[in-house]
Amino acid sequence: MSGDAAIPGPAGTADAAGLLAPQGLGRKLKAAAASSPFYMGIILLLLVAFFSFLHPATFASSYNVRNIFLDASVLLILAVGTTYIMIAGGFDLSIGSVLVFSGVVAAQVMLQFGTDSLLTVALGFVVALACGTAWGVFNGFCITRLRVSALISTLGSMGAALGAAYLVTDGSDIRTVPNALIALGHGSVGGVPWLVVITAVVSVIGGVVLHMTRFGRHTYLVGSNPEGSRRAGINVSGHLLKLYALSGLLAGFAAMLSLGRFSTTTLEGHANDPLEAITAVVLGGTALTGGRGTIIGTVVGVFIPAVLANGFIIMGIQPFWQMVVIGFVVIAAVYADQIKRQKGERL
Amino acid sequence: MSIAPAGSKGDAILQARGITKRFGHVEALRGADFDAHAGEVTALIGDNGAGKSTLVKILSGVYGATSGQVLVDGGPVSFASPSDAHAIGIETVYQDLSVCPDLSPSANMFMGREALRPGLLGRLGFLDNPTMRRESAVAFQRLKVALKDMDAPISSLSGGQRQSVAICRAAMWAKRVVFMDEPTAALGVVQTARTLDLVRRIRDTGVAVVLISHNMRDVIQVADTVEVLRLGRRIASMRNQGITVPDLVGAMTGALDTVPESEPGVAA
Ligand SMILES: Nc1ncnc2c1ncn2[C@@H]1O[C@H](COP(=O)(O)OP(=O)(O)OP(=O)(O)O)[C@@H](O)[C@H]1O
Ligand SMILES: [Mg+2]
Repeated sequence: MSGDAAIPGPAGTADAAGLLAPQGLGRKLKAAAASSPFYMGIILLLLVAFFSFLHPATFASSYNVRNIFLDASVLLILAVGTTYIMIAGGFDLSIGSVLVFSGVVAAQVMLQFGTDSLLTVALGFVVALACGTAWGVFNGFCITRLRVSALISTLGSMGAALGAAYLVTDGSDIRTVPNALIALGHGSVGGVPWLVVITAVVSVIGGVVLHMTRFGRHTYLVGSNPEGSRRAGINVSGHLLKLYALSGLLAGFAAMLSLGRFSTTTLEGHANDPLEAITAVVLGGTALTGGRGTIIGTVVGVFIPAVLANGFIIMGIQPFWQMVVIGFVVIAAVYADQIKRQKGERL
Repeated sequence: MSIAPAGSKGDAILQARGITKRFGHVEALRGADFDAHAGEVTALIGDNGAGKSTLVKILSGVYGATSGQVLVDGGPVSFASPSDAHAIGIETVYQDLSVCPDLSPSANMFMGREALRPGLLGRLGFLDNPTMRRESAVAFQRLKVALKDMDAPISSLSGGQRQSVAICRAAMWAKRVVFMDEPTAALGVVQTARTLDLVRRIRDTGVAVVLISHNMRDVIQVADTVEVLRLGRRIASMRNQGITVPDLVGAMTGALDTVPESEPGVAA
């Protein structure tokens, strides 16, 4: 009987300290220093230092810093969702339109509700989150059940959601937003704008869930090898559906923040959101092919274009240069990443 | 998790009877039989397109069979998904590797079966990375697979090392059967020898190892029994005693039929 050598299995407790010993902090730091978020973080710091040095009174003023953070906050919330989607190997082009649609419906509902209280705002949030999630579930359904590619599915709902938003408002912005919401959009806590606080909380939660939970781990696995994940017993379609729903939910959430900040539905203001979010996520080192990426990278990726645009304006350079520069930087960043990877990878 | 130990050596642990599988009008399997025994290496051989991979995928829950029966420890079972096969202790190293190159060895080892932290954090879905890393290290150590870095993505490993991760994963979770679909196809001489050693070590733990290979010398080196598949049917099942490469080639190509090909219940 050779069966008595049966595998102790995952509960086995043999002492493997020898194998584990080299996984020290030093190695982790070394790995982190070689990662894209680290490089990009350095670039961001250099940009900040450069503009602050040239224009300390304007660029580094608390008013300006506040503005940069406020400008980045709505985009960062969208980009958190896009990070999940892209790590899972997907795409979501609809987030800008979904944001507009959710904002329009929420504004309309709050208007009909009449009163101007925290309750009205809470109702608005529920409506916006529900609208965003519904579009996300629709995207997920088209992608996982109807098997229409993510690019086409979300391109379709990008058009459909924006059209529907125009239908709801007859084509003009709703400018009546509850004061309670505007107070949220303009208020601060301890000198830090509420929007920035909320965005920070969303990003931290997004990062913790992505990097520390099973949900996050499955996001990486599904993006790295979908068929392998399926064979490993992961419900790949179900997971993707959840991720598109999450992306829609975050777009709905961002819609309320946008309403609070601008006191209007900004129908025309979000056409570029998905591309800006994707740009930020890619700058932050998330692979288009899925399987790799971090939230901290995305945060850096959101701030590089934001700082650049702001700095150019302050220096009196036409802000359009920011678009030109960022366009080339994205290409360069992905190229550098590929070269690095080819060196590190043995085939 | 309590799992009955693998049976004693020689017990028929997994059997397939009269398996058919159609893909549209392609008949990949036409009444195939199969037997694997505890503590033995069973080689499954056959020409390209004979149906080996299809049979393995049916026996590991990836595909449903069109008809036929699968028996585990003599009792009929049916797998609706790979998880059902996993639950019974059947693991597979697929011909097209099922590892995630962007993740670490331990993330791959626990893919789809992640260990969670105890208590509330665990219920919230928080991963227990130290435990997964430790138990992966134990599994690698037990099968004498040396990996430099337990945290780096396995895309930085060589093809053979990646293959070892897939094999160790199967070995770590398997309680009854490990299928390996051409695990040495892409490997050099040294890595192949190591993989065959791995096959023996896993067999010695008492599980049944099913090895698919086109390399007849490998088969003769490690197999206890050889099952030959041709055109979707088992046409021979032999003990590996004094078998020669020409015997195996003859059986695969049909130049030498050891078993009459008339079997009941075969779709026309
Ligand atoms: N998903 C599928 N759809 C359609 N036909 C398939 C599918 N999978 C396998 N087949 C067909 O079934 C037959 C058996 O294929 P299978 O992959 O099982 O052969 P194999 O013995 O593993 O061959 P190889 O040695 O080349 O790996 C082939 O004719 C193949 O084309
Ligand atoms: Mg095959």
